[in-house]
Amino acid sequence: MLNFMENIKELPLADWVSIFTAWISDSFAFLFDPIKNEFGDGLEEFADLLAAVPPVIVIIIVAVLAFFLSGKRFGLAAFSIVGLLLVWNQGLWEELMLSFSLVLVASLLSVVIGVPIGILMSKSKTAESIITPVLDFMQTMPAFVYLIPAVAFFSIGMVPGIFASLIFATPPTVRFTNLGIRQVSDELVEAAEAFGSTGAQKLFKVELPMAKATIMAGINQTVMLALSMVVIASMIGAPGLGREVLSALQRADVGTGFVAGLGIVILAIIIDRFTQSFSTKKA
Amino acid sequence: MPVIKVEGLSKVFGKNVKQALKLLEQGKTKDEVLKQTGSTVGVNRASFEVEAGEIFVIMGLSGSGKSTLVRLLNRLIDPTEGHVFVDGEDLAAMNKKDLLRVRRTKMSMVFQKFALFPFRSILENAEYGLEVQGMAKEERSKKARTSLEMVGLGNYMEQYPSQLSGGMQQRVGLARALANDPEVLLMDEAFSALDPLIRKEMQDELLILQESMKKTIIFITHDLDEALRIGDKIALMKDGSIVQIGSPEEILMNPANDYVEKFVEDVDRSKVLTAFNIMKRPETVNIDKHGPRVALERMQKEGISSIYVTDSTRNLKGYVTADDAVIALRSDVKSLAGILKTDAPTVAKDTLMNAIFEISYNSPVPIPVVEDGKLLGIIVRGAVIAALAGSVEVNLTHA
Repeated sequence: MLNFMENIKELPLADWVSIFTAWISDSFAFLFDPIKNEFGDGLEEFADLLAAVPPVIVIIIVAVLAFFLSGKRFGLAAFSIVGLLLVWNQGLWEELMLSFSLVLVASLLSVVIGVPIGILMSKSKTAESIITPVLDFMQTMPAFVYLIPAVAFFSIGMVPGIFASLIFATPPTVRFTNLGIRQVSDELVEAAEAFGSTGAQKLFKVELPMAKATIMAGINQTVMLALSMVVIASMIGAPGLGREVLSALQRADVGTGFVAGLGIVILAIIIDRFTQSFSTKKA
Repeated sequence: MPVIKVEGLSKVFGKNVKQALKLLEQGKTKDEVLKQTGSTVGVNRASFEVEAGEIFVIMGLSGSGKSTLVRLLNRLIDPTEGHVFVDGEDLAAMNKKDLLRVRRTKMSMVFQKFALFPFRSILENAEYGLEVQGMAKEERSKKARTSLEMVGLGNYMEQYPSQLSGGMQQRVGLARALANDPEVLLMDEAFSALDPLIRKEMQDELLILQESMKKTIIFITHDLDEALRIGDKIALMKDGSIVQIGSPEEILMNPANDYVEKFVEDVDRSKVLTAFNIMKRPETVNIDKHGPRVALERMQKEGISSIYVTDSTRNLKGYVTADDAVIALRSDVKSLAGILKTDAPTVAKDTLMNAIFEISYNSPVPIPVVEDGKLLGIIVRGAVIAALAGSVEVNLTHA
């Protein structure tokens, strides 16, 4: 009785997933190939463009933005200058720009996809009950797992990296958008309706502005998760600071690994403070 | 024709709606329906009419269904059954497009917790209703300004709601509702969140505004004093049903049942009853026809020591006392003019009783109630005290 499992055949779950992934990869090649090629080329050009801007100019722009976004205080600006100069000094500037463009594009896509889904969730109980478990799945599945189909669909490089980080990083934006809109007080929603707002007017004139701070907090989370994917995505050939960390790991080179890792930390802190300043401003 | 006509309006929350409605029809109460069907009755077959320019107060304790009822009127909540006619159009059966039109042009709402948009300036808040209609920026801003000035907030246009006190925030709420120039104003516990002094101030202000704007106002409150102060008509609700509709005096003097009676028990009657309610028909003599003899005879017959004197068209001339009449008779004076006294303080018919009380205390004679110089009636001191004690029949129909 205790060994009843022995009599049951093992479900070929892994095979099914492989077959399914291969099927998607083949069937949607017409979609994936242009993304891989056109979008990939565009990404590289964008990253090259960023890398081509003289570091001094980038540092000045970041410092000035930091000064104003942090409410005309010098802390963040000073940190940005010192941190970025350090990265430049360590010869990691180009890698920094590559990582930044990966994070930026992945985050932007996450927001573009995540906010509408969050709105849909907030408007429909059915949508919420379907999407919530999917989000749970996306977030709890180890991020490495996404690398495998990413490679199958988009081979290696930046594009699969962005694909994997999209899956991993979008959920917070969706969740927070949903939460932010649901948190808008009933009376405000009633007020919007009582004055004869259409559904769209209610959404854009009342709900989204009210939910803005919450949504921005979600976007902040998304950006941070996308950043955490920088190292993981380097395993499938995404260039940037992550690749330096990975190669240092393979060579057991503590020093180089630490320096590249420090570069990621500096990037993370700057991006985090920047996005946070949007969520806390004028609450 | 009434502006708003509500017919058999019901709202049942939950499942088994049909069964619940059936039970309501059989006269079952809210509790019984809940027990049998698990559905909550919000409003139970409410029917009433509101005339143009009237302040119609819907009052009840929390859970009585008054907030649900007002939301059925502009269909923030969809009714389960019944009709809401606004200018003859049935809102309950209306499609979305028409409903938007009615909400935009005919009805506005003022909310208990103000419901201002915190990210919009005061001016932008007041503009909201016009903005969703698609009105051009310049025009809507002009109208919103006018409306803000009307409630005394002309200097606060660029501020944000969080910078204003509660009373001022509710003025913005009122201005926002008035900016569309609606026929009907729905006010849901509009002053309940304000402290008592500010609340009274806002009530006064609403009444003053109402004199010039003549809107049809549906005012929800749980505060009987407030209802009596501002209502032309009051509907009392309990467990989703309207238990009595009437003028403030009718509610107060002839409570329809124990519930209403309990409700009005603690009301300060002196703030509600007027001179008209407690005056009685006066004995008079006509200065053009009668002399001291007739005056004295009438006083003796009625057992009173003074009598009011009018002319043939009932204009009040003054009063004479029994003592003076006796003296005049002895010295053979034929006219009342010589002994006429004119020092009696007069009151109007809508003077409140708390004001009359003080006057009657200092007056040696009953107080004449006067309108356009004509004598309507008199108030004896005993009547004032009796009415305050709540133990006297009062006049209810307004002349």
